[in-house]
Amino acid sequence: MKPANMENTAAPLLEVKDLDVGFDTPEGKVHAVNCLNFSLKAGDALAIVGESGSGKTQTVMAIMGLLSENGEARGEARFKGQDLMKMSTAQLNTHRGKEIAMIFQDPMTSLNPYLRIDKQMIEVVMHHQGLNKSEARAHAVEMLRAVRIPDPERRIRQYPHEFSGGMRQRVMVAMGLLCEPDLLIADEPTTALDVTVQAQISHLMSALRENSNTAIILITHDLGVVAGLCDRVLVMYAGEAVECGSVEQIYYEPKHPYTQGLLASVPRLDQPEETGLNSIPGNPPNLLALPKGCKFRDRCPKAHDACKEKPPMQLDEQRHAWRCFLGGAA
Amino acid sequence: MIKHSLQRLLGLIPTMLMLITVAFFLIRVAPGGPFDSEKLLPPEIEANLNAKYHLDEPLVQQYFRYLGQVVVLDFGPSFQYKDWTVNELIAQGFPVSATVGLAAMILAFVVGTLLGIAAALRQNSGIDYSLMGFAMLGISVPNFVIAPILILLLAVYAGWLPAGGWDWSVANMVLPVITLSLPAIAYIARLTRGSMIEVLHSNFIRTARAKGLPESVVIRRHALRPALLPVISFLGPATAAMISGSVVIERIFSIPGLGSYFVQGALNRDYTLVMGVVIFYGMLIIILNFIVDLVYAWLNPKIRYDEKR
Repeated sequence: MKPANMENTAAPLLEVKDLDVGFDTPEGKVHAVNCLNFSLKAGDALAIVGESGSGKTQTVMAIMGLLSENGEARGEARFKGQDLMKMSTAQLNTHRGKEIAMIFQDPMTSLNPYLRIDKQMIEVVMHHQGLNKSEARAHAVEMLRAVRIPDPERRIRQYPHEFSGGMRQRVMVAMGLLCEPDLLIADEPTTALDVTVQAQISHLMSALRENSNTAIILITHDLGVVAGLCDRVLVMYAGEAVECGSVEQIYYEPKHPYTQGLLASVPRLDQPEETGLNSIPGNPPNLLALPKGCKFRDRCPKAHDACKEKPPMQLDEQRHAWRCFLGGAA
Repeated sequence: MIKHSLQRLLGLIPTMLMLITVAFFLIRVAPGGPFDSEKLLPPEIEANLNAKYHLDEPLVQQYFRYLGQVVVLDFGPSFQYKDWTVNELIAQGFPVSATVGLAAMILAFVVGTLLGIAAALRQNSGIDYSLMGFAMLGISVPNFVIAPILILLLAVYAGWLPAGGWDWSVANMVLPVITLSLPAIAYIARLTRGSMIEVLHSNFIRTARAKGLPESVVIRRHALRPALLPVISFLGPATAAMISGSVVIERIFSIPGLGSYFVQGALNRDYTLVMGVVIFYGMLIIILNFIVDLVYAWLNPKIRYDEKR
């Protein structure tokens, strides 16, 4: 992990501005992401955390142009200065897989079960880098070796169902890294895996970051994985950013009551057993009809009258931002 | 794979035995006999005939006699078509039916899948709705309605094609092949559309798109194979039905195929002919289903058996 005070002054690699993602459903418009802003530079590692339905996945789907047909994204997502939102699919395809790679949540279904691993891997390099088949295959074998798949020359000729879940996720990671992307988006890459494999995948990604200065967006609800891999954290709630800061700021000085609740709900080994698990009472708001003011108001232990208005984004000198009336200079 | 294939072929024996047994006794249970006609035969002649064809023996003895013949693929003489054996009737009719049926099936598969894919790629558009509307029409309008309409339009009014008859010329095949393939085109188009839409929403298609592959490659390389699986499993029995001849089509277009023997044999209590075509059709279905299974395994790696590593 990079020291938090090492400021990266280069132009942002990805800059997301006022991103809105909505879905037309028979019940009405679902507001999955609302007015989201963040940016990251080459080599940065940003974690987006939040509970299910907080809009983490749809945020990156919108950036990748992979929203489902009833989805609509507004706002800007500038990648190396070009707005991905305004690109046609053909234009997006010159970046997707090459400069921006994505690792999906479910390794069991995200690989094509009808094609051998080699075919699925070499098509990426052949398409983006114009390598011939044998060069592409050699590259793919090297990549599988890099993610520690034993006997890659033999394994690459197998089908996905011949791999275990952890192995498949490693294949997914290897596939994402084939073209040495500038940005790797990993959507809950370790959620489906057991703890030892989680650690391996996590190590793999930090090694990648150190070796090739790849920027990473890690989507997760596992705060343990975040600490090992990322330097900044964006906390999302009901489609909004509620807090953003360095890992240290978020873990040791959380300003937003939601972040505080989230951290308090992480089970700890040093807790006496009989205290049970902490949880935040209540449920996230209905995305079909979001409340006007603070969206966390109904579940917030510190809610007061002012919360009926939308709270401002507060920012301190250490680039720690949070959307709440509380926690200011006082 | 080879071991599995042999096992499957061995399984053919009990299935066929079952089929033969049930068909043999069912047709005997039906009232009447092969020599019944409006003018009763003199009893002596009928007795002679029965003796000639072994119909005077106990049924079980006849059954085993018949089994002994079938084992060497001798279906015996036809009762109704004098001087013809059932083998000769099948050998004469099947090539005609098979030609028309196979041509219709190939046409149906190519056109049906293309239309289905086109509809799936433009889901809920005007193209999709009109294609599926026509498909519904193709499934629900029976071919004894379509055939006369096509004859009227293309043969009688336009005069482009002969209205019927058979001389192995392409012109003679066009109308029956089209008529026979229309319902299959419609069915395959609907099947393909449904499975294609399902596949396009699967996670691995999203992965393929995230790789930055052009949509045409995504469809051809990643979506086509799984989308065709349900169509392939439909093809086996459908092909068997089509190449063994359609009574309606062969009547309307005066084609000397196998189809009419099914009905004529049953109506005339032509025991050997009925048994012959039933067994022939049964073998056809089993063999085609077997081929479908092989194709299926080739398309879907997950169900390949004892694959060598």
